[in-house]
Amino acid sequence: MTITHEGHNRARRRREARTGLAFVAPFALLFLVTFVIPIAVSIRSSFYRAKPSGGGLYGGGELVDTFVGAENYAQVLGNRLFWDGMGRVLLFGAVQIPVMIGAALALALLLDSLLVRRVTIFRLGYFLPYAIPGVVAALVWTYIYSPRMSPINQALEAVGGGIDFFAPGTILGSMANMTTWTFTGYNMLIFLAALQAIPGDLYEAARIDGASEWAVVRRIKVPLVGRAAMLAVLLSIIGTIQLFNEPTVLAAVNPWMGKAYTPMMMAYNSMTGGVSPSGAGPASAISIVMAIGAGLLAAGYAFLQRKTV
Amino acid sequence: MSNRADVPPSLQPSRAARVLTWLVLALALAYFLGPVYWLVVSSTKSNADLFSTSGLLPAANNAAANYSALMSWTQGNFWRWVANSILYSTIAGALGTLLSVSAGYGLAKFRIPGKGAMQVALLAGLLLPISLLTVPLYLVFHGVGLVNTPWAVIIPSCVSPFGVFLGRIYVESSVPDEIIEAARLDGASEARTFFTVVLRLLAPAMVTIFLFIFVATWNNFLLPLMMITSPELKPVTLGLYGMMSYFNPQYGAVLQGALLGVLPLVALFLGLQRYWRAGLASGSVK
Repeated sequence: MTITHEGHNRARRRREARTGLAFVAPFALLFLVTFVIPIAVSIRSSFYRAKPSGGGLYGGGELVDTFVGAENYAQVLGNRLFWDGMGRVLLFGAVQIPVMIGAALALALLLDSLLVRRVTIFRLGYFLPYAIPGVVAALVWTYIYSPRMSPINQALEAVGGGIDFFAPGTILGSMANMTTWTFTGYNMLIFLAALQAIPGDLYEAARIDGASEWAVVRRIKVPLVGRAAMLAVLLSIIGTIQLFNEPTVLAAVNPWMGKAYTPMMMAYNSMTGGVSPSGAGPASAISIVMAIGAGLLAAGYAFLQRKTV
Repeated sequence: MSNRADVPPSLQPSRAARVLTWLVLALALAYFLGPVYWLVVSSTKSNADLFSTSGLLPAANNAAANYSALMSWTQGNFWRWVANSILYSTIAGALGTLLSVSAGYGLAKFRIPGKGAMQVALLAGLLLPISLLTVPLYLVFHGVGLVNTPWAVIIPSCVSPFGVFLGRIYVESSVPDEIIEAARLDGASEARTFFTVVLRLLAPAMVTIFLFIFVATWNNFLLPLMMITSPELKPVTLGLYGMMSYFNPQYGAVLQGALLGVLPLVALFLGLQRYWRAGLASGSVK
């Protein structure tokens, strides 16, 4: 009796595993094709470079993938263009992420407070820019910045001022504004959702104890949205590392920005031949160094966060 | 929102505080909607009016001329680009939603070997800066001859670790074991149980996942930039970027293209916004 029961159980387990795997399989297969295999291919390709074979000193001959060891990595790590780009992205993130997350949190707290009644129009209006693709947003802002038709400069000129949004010293800020415009509302909605998940009893208890609204915000609301905020910062760091759309659009009207203003632009343009050394090998090496950098940043942030909380 | 009716009068905020708050919120609203308003107004102006009239006020209506400039510059491809974006995003969204929910169901309701490893891979996929995959994806798709086809955009877009993550949370919270057991006892096959019982319970969640994948596909610029070269296969983001780099363009026409190109997405957004909130809530709380 026990034996057949156990056998029955085992068969049942096996059937359950088979069925479960069948449900996971389609996704797993495509995950393999679009994540695992490309990563493997790019790791391999980062150790190779297309070099002419046969031909003489001046090339010629066919391009053949040649193993070059760590040469591609050495060139990325030794390339000033790459580090300049990294520096810009880090500076961008260090300023833009706190401003955006702070603004999103402040707006969410205001909308969740007793101070306003009708919030739908604000909520929808703040979120609307998220519906506009990054490239299109960058295009619209680039025109808003452009010296000949900028409505901002029109207004500033009336009082004798004016900003050159495309100057080397300001363009990073102009770009940060684009990103802030697009993503603040999105992050605000995340915080608002987290705030609204806080049980009302907590507030009531605090108020009975005589806590002011400000104390409720500081002692209850902010700590309880901490997890959501940490996730939002983490995702913003990951987003900033791959900054591409905004600088690419800005570079279309500001050629001085070059083809490697951010590391992601550099990777793309290495692949398509706009940045030398070009080709799959160097482009893969840039991507991998960036992925490692992103991982280190994210891990560092998570570690710091854990230590301080 | 805490219930205002429950709040004692002593805690009701002062009038000054309320006015100040409203002012701050209204200023923020102007910041977020201002560029959209400027886009709408400017898309009707000629170059001369764009340079000389106030950006905030409409000038002589040049919308029709801008529209025909938009059509002739894009060689009649503009609406095709919009249609491509709708097509790619819809297929990726529909396929991706099914893949996500199915995988989420498998992970949530079955004991399967290797589940831990799968979850680690999913988390890694969730945290990987996705643009970094574009170069390697190009190498793979080039290798199998799929570059410059719609599949080069659709296939990578429909694989969404975030979708699986949401799918799993939704299955755990809204598909009770008892219902699955009952369907099995009724003699339904596993596939039938999934398609008739589970999917029906998950319908609202599927709208949320669909929206996330749809918008991510529509907004993706780097992937089509890398994969698509034929003008007739471009999605609208890529087409607009191309227009922008024309020498001395008619700006009103480019801006009209930008406006018309985002309208479908904005409509979808506002129409289905309650599903966003559901998705964002579970994404942040869990």
